[in-house]
Amino acid sequence: MLGVVGESGSGKSVTMMSLLGLLPSPPADVHSGTVTFDGKDLLKVDPETLRTIRGRKIGFIFQDPMTSLNPVFNVGYQIMEPLRVHMGMDKKAAEARAQELLELVGIPDAKRRLKDYPHQFSGGMRQRVMIAIALACDPQVLIADEPTTALDVTIQAQILELMKDLRQKLGMAVIWITHDLGVIAGIADRVMVMYGGQIVEHAPVKELFRNPKHPYTKALLKTVPSVRGARVRRLTTIEGQPPILGAQPTSCPFRDRCSEPLTVCASKNPPRYEVGNGHDVACFHADALETAHAG
Amino acid sequence: MLDNPVKKPLVKVRDLKMHFPIYSGFFQRHTGNVKAVDGVSFDVFEGETLGLVGESGCGKSTCGRAVLRLYDITTGSIEIDGKEIGATPQADLRPIRPTMQMVFQDPQASLNPRMTVQSIIQEPLDEHTKLSQKEKQEKVWELMDAVGLNRRFAGRYPHAFSGGQRQRIGIARALALNPKFIVCDEPIAALDVSIQAQVVNLLEDLQEKYGLTYLFISHDLSMVRHIATRVAVMYLGKIVELAPREALYASPQHPYTEALLSAVPEPDPSLESRADRIILQGDVPSPSKPPKGCNFCTRCPKVMDICKETEPEFKEVKPGHFAACHLLDKS
Repeated sequence: MLGVVGESGSGKSVTMMSLLGLLPSPPADVHSGTVTFDGKDLLKVDPETLRTIRGRKIGFIFQDPMTSLNPVFNVGYQIMEPLRVHMGMDKKAAEARAQELLELVGIPDAKRRLKDYPHQFSGGMRQRVMIAIALACDPQVLIADEPTTALDVTIQAQILELMKDLRQKLGMAVIWITHDLGVIAGIADRVMVMYGGQIVEHAPVKELFRNPKHPYTKALLKTVPSVRGARVRRLTTIEGQPPILGAQPTSCPFRDRCSEPLTVCASKNPPRYEVGNGHDVACFHADALETAHAG
Repeated sequence: MLDNPVKKPLVKVRDLKMHFPIYSGFFQRHTGNVKAVDGVSFDVFEGETLGLVGESGCGKSTCGRAVLRLYDITTGSIEIDGKEIGATPQADLRPIRPTMQMVFQDPQASLNPRMTVQSIIQEPLDEHTKLSQKEKQEKVWELMDAVGLNRRFAGRYPHAFSGGQRQRIGIARALALNPKFIVCDEPIAALDVSIQAQVVNLLEDLQEKYGLTYLFISHDLSMVRHIATRVAVMYLGKIVELAPREALYASPQHPYTEALLSAVPEPDPSLESRADRIILQGDVPSPSKPPKGCNFCTRCPKVMDICKETEPEFKEVKPGHFAACHLLDKS
């Protein structure tokens, strides 16, 4: 499971949506790059092929379960829709599968609830329905965009538990987007930290939390207070504001807020340096480390 | 109740109830009540920060607003700075308003988009003081300095500011009349983590500088642990536990507090896998139909028969540590 963390506006959701061609174009325009899924470049395939992949092989869970479910259809219909379109199931088979899915995500009395409309579900239950829809066609990859942000902590704990359980049962790859480092620590195998539209650090989860290399990751880990352990007298802050993403970056996007900027940071955007243990970081401080590592 | 006998309560709330009527049917008959706040009692001591935590819909925001009498409360008594304001008509409250102010959750929605920062911060001065325009201008600049906004931005409109800066404008406005008591209703919920820390530090600085008393409403348990002196946990319109910060986080007495604390994800993978998690089943019941007996009995992992019959009493279980649970009756 890959976790993606970053502040709002750091480009987490946009990255994931562009992978699937979910951004309306114009205004959005994917400039360059490739997205390879199962040997095919998703940015080059025709819309027809893309449609068979979206929903069938790649499931997507959106942030807000209220606005992403259609209020005028009952949830049974919404779960059955991908089943009938992608899997070609008839109504009966789809209904049976939909009921199975609702049971899988832990909604009691599934058969009756299929006839209910989204407003009759609570927030946590709605998010379960969204997960059921995303899982409907047994996707190989599930992209979850802040699936627990709109939920309370006790409900969030339920959903996290459910996801861990489902992943073990179904064995799919999951990309989990969030801004909550605590959630990431509990659920991800690898973590990608995004800042200003770029990946600034990428590492296995334990490695990242134990040994953060990028100044932004370090600061981010320090600014979050914890409910356990010692209480700090004063919170460390990251001064300043996140950058506004207007043009192509020509310098390090974190330079203005960085506690240890170098002169080179102002003139060049750092590439991602390997630092060992599957850990890479986009910071010129790591440059020296890399040379040491290679040598 | 005193953890420090020198301190005296600035705000005393006793048995506060805030019910919203439900009208339904063809004749719009009064068919029930949403018991948003249902019998809440607490004190806020001078110079302290009382954290009020709970899940969404538990009535914490309503409670904060009711304490400031932004609603006409159903029953109960509220005493702020020695004055009883529980039943005072709104018109008579105006002279008392300067002592109590509020910082709202959404800085986007709580600032008038057609007013400049200058006029937003100045408005309370216009309403409640007889200062000259020049004095007001001075005061506005002073306030902007205090919250860390550049004076040159006084003529700008709220849309020109980021979320964190907007929240600073809201704080400056709340400070304008030198209040003693400020209710902060989720002031950081709409902000990014790196900006949250800035605003929390600012609130702490201001508290030290002006001797403010806060009621800090939040759903973020880790932030409340940082800022609050004492913490009250609400569930379905009632306070289930109230204790000094250290005691509450180290040894929660109520099963709900325990579950709530264990549900907070830990930003450390090695701790995270070890953490013994209590996963609550089900959802919060509707406040218009609270269950019989203890409000938490539908989800409590340690529920007993008595919980479904009688409501537990909110009482002191250890010095300064209050809780409402039948489990604590035996000891």
